[in-house]
Amino acid sequence: MAKLLIKNGRIIDPTSNWDQVADLMMEDGLITGLGENLTSPGAEIFDAGGMIVAPGFLDIHVHLREPGFEHAETIESGGKAAAAGGFTSVCCMPNTSPVNDNATVTSYIIERAKRQAVVNVYPIGAITKGSMGEELANIGSMVQAGVVAISDDGKPVMNSRIMRRAMETAKSFGIPVIDHCEDLNLSAGGDMHEGLVSTKLGLRGIPSCSEDVMVARDLLLAELTGVRYHVAHISTERSVKMVAYAKMKGMAVSCEATPHHFALTDDQMAAYDSNYKMKPPLRSCGDMEAVIDGIVDGVVEVLATDHAPHAGSEKMQEFERCPFGITGLETAIGLTLERLVHPGKITLKHMVELYTMHPARVMSLPKGNLAVGSSADVTIFSTTHEWTYDVNQTYSKSKNSPFHGHDFKGGPVATVVGGKFVWKFAGL
Amino acid sequence: MAKGLLGIEDLSRPEIEAILDRARSFQPAQGETFPRLDTLRGRTIVNLFFENSTRTRTSFEIAAKRLGADTLSITASGSSVSKGESLVDTLNTLVAMRPDAIVMRHSASGAPHFLSRYLATPIVNAGDGTHEHPTQALLDARTILDLRETLEGLKVAIIGDIAHSRVARSNIHLLSKFGSEIVLCGPAPLLPVELGQLASGVALTNDIRDAIRDADVIMMLRVQLERQHEANFPAGDYFKFYGLRLDHLALAKPNVLVMHPGPINRGREISSDVADSQRSVILNQVENGVAVRMAVLEKILKQ
Repeated sequence: MAKLLIKNGRIIDPTSNWDQVADLMMEDGLITGLGENLTSPGAEIFDAGGMIVAPGFLDIHVHLREPGFEHAETIESGGKAAAAGGFTSVCCMPNTSPVNDNATVTSYIIERAKRQAVVNVYPIGAITKGSMGEELANIGSMVQAGVVAISDDGKPVMNSRIMRRAMETAKSFGIPVIDHCEDLNLSAGGDMHEGLVSTKLGLRGIPSCSEDVMVARDLLLAELTGVRYHVAHISTERSVKMVAYAKMKGMAVSCEATPHHFALTDDQMAAYDSNYKMKPPLRSCGDMEAVIDGIVDGVVEVLATDHAPHAGSEKMQEFERCPFGITGLETAIGLTLERLVHPGKITLKHMVELYTMHPARVMSLPKGNLAVGSSADVTIFSTTHEWTYDVNQTYSKSKNSPFHGHDFKGGPVATVVGGKFVWKFAGL
Repeated sequence: MAKGLLGIEDLSRPEIEAILDRARSFQPAQGETFPRLDTLRGRTIVNLFFENSTRTRTSFEIAAKRLGADTLSITASGSSVSKGESLVDTLNTLVAMRPDAIVMRHSASGAPHFLSRYLATPIVNAGDGTHEHPTQALLDARTILDLRETLEGLKVAIIGDIAHSRVARSNIHLLSKFGSEIVLCGPAPLLPVELGQLASGVALTNDIRDAIRDADVIMMLRVQLERQHEANFPAGDYFKFYGLRLDHLALAKPNVLVMHPGPINRGREISSDVADSQRSVILNQVENGVAVRMAVLEKILKQ
């Protein structure tokens, strides 16, 4: 009978509108009590005085690289990095090798995660076989095996008819479609955001409109099919506006933003440093402001990292040859505090919503709240402690982060999954 | 410029002037051969060309030899690159043999900048992708200044595939630092509007006649088909609308200088009669290439 009592923390549970200093009691992997001055003989006690105690954070957009790219990340290492970033659940994208486009791969990931991962892992299935954009994957079988959504992340379905059929199929199985919105013809060959910086550096550009035309197409198809539709890593002003319009019309549409898209712009990237190379690329200042405004206004309801580990040798190349993507699990909370909470753009409660209640709702996961009887996943973080991110200390197998050496004020302190600590800040 | 020469953008006007002044002293007098110096005796310079180049590689080699340095030229097709070795590994291997400088051309923008973060050996950028070609801009400036008092106030038209031109970028940075009036001209797909903000004093036009009108200097660019990853402009229309013909020159200043970084495509971006005309200083450019590269190598390697 494992019991855990977290005392004296400021408990923020947006679902129940709870926000006050209290104690949180857990037993056998479930929340069993929330209130003042709780006691429980024999329970492990954690004093969270001065800290925030929140439902376990979800990151609905990560790449765990297993199976197939274990040199860059594994379910085990990615799970540890998630825990160290304050996340208790992650949804992993299907671009593994083989691609998670069938129930066998789905079951493999789920089984590996049960044995290897310290956090909950929910696989996202591919939309098309091999994510080749040509033939629908066996979506129903994957749903039976446990996928919580479908996406051809990174290799978006260019054929609109196939996307329509995918949306209809996803709707009939009750799961959302997540799209990495990029018109591959418009972005072909591009290495960074198309603008003055790309022109100056002589790098081929990825225009904002390559995202916008796909968001527009998808929204039209989502309206036609009635599917629940989610835009991954939104990065442009026009895309945010289009999603806002669709939501205003009452469509079942949502979108996520990554910390790097609300924290960095193209003119802040170190020249030809591949730790600043990702898709969508770091955009203009106006785009970044629009993403932040979208978060503040509630158009962007979910923050997700798009944690995309790549081995050092892959990133140690000419910029145009380096793969896209950066790691993000361990720096997400720090960046959210720094860029959104500390400057007063959003409240702490809003921040917690962005990582708990909303992503859980978008993915229909029974997570993200502290109601008695729900799973004992808890994120404990502080808004004050000062720390410096050192990629050499990362739990990830990869070190491709632009935030190496960055000083943070506030960040994750301890992570509880299923009523047990899976990570604690070393400086505690 | 403690560590090589990566681009014009990072240089100050006095630094550029110093190189241009020094280059003048390396220009051989009319009808004379240049004496071999021993300024860089005992120094080894590796010319590492990951992209084909005849004139730039030869020019750097002659410059190094005239200064008394030992040179070694490696081209990508004959190197371990074709065996799949990474750029960093190739360079580390070379650096282990202790060259004093590396002159490098690479098809990827930023390749020398990326390497310079890991190597202590100075790197001279002999052209990186569509980014910069600093010694070309220096030799162009030297060529203009051999025939004109100053760059300030000159109207310089740069015509062609600006989007994919490292020569254009380096020249824009240099001319802007000296107060020239720069007009960039090409079809819209090869002339992104952001170029107008690249430096001060830059204007854009899609009409070659507007670009040439009252120009003091016309710089034609090679149409670099190998740098275009898709058909950006119909090749059949190119010369008709953006090729420089003799009748265009009437619009320019009477003593206009016609320049081209070479190799020229006669009948594609420049007509033969213009290339061979009295106004053409294309061979002066080639000659100045050696003098300017001597000045650059000397500056980098002289203790």
